Amino acid sequence: MPYDNQPAYDRLVFELSSPGRMAFSLPESDVPVEPALAAVPEKYRRRQPAALPEVSELDVVRHYSRLSQMNYGIDTHFYPLGSCTMKYNPRINEDAARLAGFARLHPLAAEALSQGALQLMHELAGMLAEIAGMDAVSLQPAAGAQGELAGVLMIRAYHEARGEKRTKVLIPDSAHGTNPASTALAGYEVIEVKSDAEGQVDLGDLERHLAADVAAFMITVPNTLGNFEPRVTEIAELCHARGAQVYMDGANLNAILGLTRPGDLGFDVCHFNLHKTFTTPHGGGGPGAGPVGVKAHLEPFLPVPVVARREQTYVLDWKRPQSIGKLQAFWGNFGMHVRAYTYIRTMGADGLRAVSENAVLNANYVMKRLEQHYDVAAPGPCMHECVLSARKQKKLGVTAMDIAKRLLDLGFYAPSTYFPLIVEEALMIEPTETESKETLDAFCEAMIRIAREAETAPEAIHQAPVTTPVRRLDQTRAAREPNLRWRGQR
Amino acid sequence: MSNVPGDLKYTRDHEWARQEGGRMRVGITAYAQEQLGDVVFVELPKVGARVTAKQAFGVVESVKAVSDLFAPVTGEVVEANADLAHKPEIVNQDPYGKGWMIVVTPADAKQWEQLLSAAQYEEFLAQGGH
Repeated sequence: MPYDNQPAYDRLVFELSSPGRMAFSLPESDVPVEPALAAVPEKYRRRQPAALPEVSELDVVRHYSRLSQMNYGIDTHFYPLGSCTMKYNPRINEDAARLAGFARLHPLAAEALSQGALQLMHELAGMLAEIAGMDAVSLQPAAGAQGELAGVLMIRAYHEARGEKRTKVLIPDSAHGTNPASTALAGYEVIEVKSDAEGQVDLGDLERHLAADVAAFMITVPNTLGNFEPRVTEIAELCHARGAQVYMDGANLNAILGLTRPGDLGFDVCHFNLHKTFTTPHGGGGPGAGPVGVKAHLEPFLPVPVVARREQTYVLDWKRPQSIGKLQAFWGNFGMHVRAYTYIRTMGADGLRAVSENAVLNANYVMKRLEQHYDVAAPGPCMHECVLSARKQKKLGVTAMDIAKRLLDLGFYAPSTYFPLIVEEALMIEPTETESKETLDAFCEAMIRIAREAETAPEAIHQAPVTTPVRRLDQTRAAREPNLRWRGQR
Repeated sequence: MSNVPGDLKYTRDHEWARQEGGRMRVGITAYAQEQLGDVVFVELPKVGARVTAKQAFGVVESVKAVSDLFAPVTGEVVEANADLAHKPEIVNQDPYGKGWMIVVTPADAKQWEQLLSAAQYEEFLAQGGH
C-alpha cells in the first residue's frame, strides 16, 4: 500500500484487509463437525466467498478507535443543531440503564418477574403526563415521528368512534417535515396553513381551512422559529369549536418544562422526544423514544398494551377493544425509558423548570450577541432557539451553507440550515441549557468572525471546511449519482 | 430580479404555464429553481393522470428541500418530461425551456385567466414571494 501521508487506520476497513488474516482463533470442536455446505441447498450457495474484510483484532480496534475520534458529537463539541436539543446526556442515566435487573431482563419474562421494569414504565408515563398536563401516556412509540403517527391514529379512531367522517389535517407551513409525513401515513389529506410575517399561525388562514371535514390541527409549540405562539389557546378553542382535535408536536418541549403545559393550553395530544428534552442519547448513541400523551377522551384508543397498576402489582393491559393496536416490538425502547426516568428523578420539578429557563436564557444570549451581525428571522425575545437569516451575507456571495461549513473549521458543529423553510437562508441555533457562557461566547465569536470574513474574504469561506477529514462534499453529485457501496479497487 | 418572461402566466407557488394551442405547458420559475438550489430529483405524474388546480401534482427535491409542485389548472396530463428523470439539472439550467415538467389539457379554459400575469408575478416576488 503506497505511503500517502495519511494514517492507515483512516482507510475503510476493507482497504486494511489482507488475505488470510483473522481476528479470532477457535478451539477444536468437541462435537462432530458437519460440512456447512451439506445443509445449504445448491441454489442458495454463493459462487464466490463473501468479500468480507480480513483483518486482525488489533486492526479492528485501531480502525474503529480512529473512527470514533473522527466522530463529532455532544461528548466532544458544542452542537447547536436547531430543533434537535443536543444537550448533555448525564452519565447517571447510563448507570441506571446498566443495572442488571433492567439491562438483562428479557422482554418476554413473565409479569411477575418484571415488576420493577413495569413499575418504572408506569411511573414514567405518570410523570410525563404530569409534565405535559395530559391524562395518559403511551411509552411505546420508538421516535417522535412514530409518536405523531400514534397520536394521529388515535384522533382518527376517536372521530370514527363518534361516527364522524373527517379527512383532512391542517399543518402550518413552518412545521417539521415529519408532521405531514405522519399525517399522510395515517390516511389523511394534509392542508398547509400559512404563517404570518412574524412566523406565527395566520389565524385568518386557519379559520378559512377549518371546515367540517378537518380532523385535527397539528402545531409545534414553541414554533420552529423559536417563538411561543401567543394565540395558542385561541387556536385550540377555534379548532374545538369546529370539532377538530389539536395536536402539539413536542419537539420543542425543552422550552416550556414547568412553565406551561400542553394540556393546560388546550391540546388533546402531544408527543415527547425523550432523546431531546429528556437526555436519552441521540442518533447513533441509541434508539430514540417518542412517548405520546393524550387527554381522557382519547385514552381508550392508546396503543396496546398499556402498563396498568392493579392494587400492588403492575400488569400489561391488552383488553382495550378500542385501541389503535400495537405499534412497536415488545414495549417500546425500554432502555430509553430507564434513562428518561433517571433524568426526571434526578432533576426534580424545580430542576426541570430551571432547564427550560436556562435553555431560553442561553438562546436569547446568543441571539442578542449575533443580531448586529446577522438578520433575525422573527423579532425576539425567542424561546429555546433562535433563527437567524444569512440573507445579508448571501448578497456578498456567502450562503447559510458556506457559514455552516466555515463553522466546522472553527471547531463547532453547524446550526440547522435552511429550516424552517419559510426563512430565507435560515440558520437555526439551539444552544441548550447545558452549555456554559464561555462556550456560548466562543461560538458567538466564531459566528461574528465569519460575518466579517463574508465582507472581507468571502473566497476563504467558499473553501471551507479545510480542517475536516474530508473537504466540502459535492452534495448535488452525491444525490444525483449516488454511489452507495464499496466496490473495491478498480 | 429573476427572469419572468412576459408571455407566460404564473402561480403564487412559483409555477409557470404557457399556452400551446389548446394545451398548457407547465414548469417552475427561475425564482423557484434559484430558491431550491441544485435540483436532484423530480417526480412527475404519468401521462393520462388528472391534476387539479392548486393541488400537488408532483415533487421536486433539491439539496435543500423537498417541495410539492402545484398544478396551475385542472386537467389531464398529456406529456411529462422524461428527461428530468436522469437529468434533473436542466430544471436549474433552463427552467422555462428544456426544464418544463408536464403538458396539460385544461378542463376549463377560463382557469388560464385566473393565473397571475408576468407583471403580477413580478410584483408578488417584489413583496417577498410568499
